[in-house]
Amino acid sequence: MDVNEIIKPENLVYRKPTLLNDNTMHYCPGCSHGVVHKLVAEIVEEMGMMENTIAVSPVGCAVFAYNYVDVDWIQAAHGRAPAVATAAKRLNPHKLVFTYQGDGDLAAIGTAETVHACNRGENITIIFINNGIYGMTGGQMAPTTLEGMVTVTCPFGRKPELNGYPLHIGELLAKLKGTCYVTRQSVHTPAAIRKTKKAIMQGFENSMNKKGTSVIEIVSTCNTGWKMSPEKANVWMTENMFAEYPMGDLKNE
Amino acid sequence: MAKIKGAIIVNAERCKGCNLCVVACPSDVLALQPQKVNQKGYNYAYMANPDNCIGCASCGIVCPDGCIEVYKVKL
Repeated sequence: MDVNEIIKPENLVYRKPTLLNDNTMHYCPGCSHGVVHKLVAEIVEEMGMMENTIAVSPVGCAVFAYNYVDVDWIQAAHGRAPAVATAAKRLNPHKLVFTYQGDGDLAAIGTAETVHACNRGENITIIFINNGIYGMTGGQMAPTTLEGMVTVTCPFGRKPELNGYPLHIGELLAKLKGTCYVTRQSVHTPAAIRKTKKAIMQGFENSMNKKGTSVIEIVSTCNTGWKMSPEKANVWMTENMFAEYPMGDLKNE
Repeated sequence: MAKIKGAIIVNAERCKGCNLCVVACPSDVLALQPQKVNQKGYNYAYMANPDNCIGCASCGIVCPDGCIEVYKVKL
C-alpha cells in the first residue's frame, strides 16, 4: 500500500493540537518543555476551556510560552507566578488558572510564594518542570541539583556540606493542608507522557472543582545544560534523577 | 488478525533533529536525514522504512515540537 493512500484526513490518528500554534519554539532540540506545552494545549482543548484559561508563565526558558500556546497568559516576575495566579483565580473564579514554572523559579526564588499559595489552598494548578539546573542562564546550580552533579557553578559536583541537599519541593508541598493533589511524573517515553497528561488533567479538574492546589512536578531533561544529547539525557535522567525524585503520586485526596 | 499500516508526515522545517522520535519508534521506521538539512541546518527526521510503520503515534507523542502527523489504516 502506498504512503499516499494512507495519508488522508479520515485516517488521521495524531497531530499537534491546534491550540499549539505554528510558531517554531525557541527551545533547544529535545527539550521537555515542548512536550509539556503540547500536553497543556491538548488538555485545554479537550476540556473546551480555550476561551476561559489564564496561564501564568515564569522567568526561565518557559518565559516565552505565550508565543506557543494560544490561551491568555500573564508573565509574572521571577518566582511570583503563584501569587499572580492567586489574584487571577480569586478575581475570575470560573476561569481555569494554572502556573507553569521551572525549578529555579518555583523552588529557589519563588519558594515563599509557592509554599504560601499551596498552604492557602488556592484553586490553581502548578505545573513544575524540574530539570535540576538553571537552563536559561547557562546551566547554573539550582536547589534541585543532585548531589555530585556537575554544573557551571559547581564544577566539581554539588557538595552537601557546601551547597546543601537537593530540595524535595514536592514532598514539602504534599505535607501542607492546602494541597489536594501532588504528583511527580516525567515525559521521556510515550507511556510516561500519557500518565503525565492524565495527571495534568486531574490537576485542572481539581482546580475547577475548588478542591485546593494541585502540583504536578515533571522531572525533565535539560540536555544543553547537562551537556548531553537528548536521548542520552533521557537515559541519564532515568538512572540518576529518578533515584532522587521517585515517580508517582505524593498526595491524592 | 486485521493488518494495520501507518504513515507519518514530518514537518521538516519545524523539526530540530533531536532524534527522540527515532528512539521512540518501536519498528525502526524513522531516521534522521544523513545529508539533507532544513533551513535551520538540522538533519530532520524522515521515514527511512515506510513499510514497517504501524501508526502507533509514539513518534508524534514524544516529539517536543509537534512536527509529526500520524495516519493509520486497517487493511
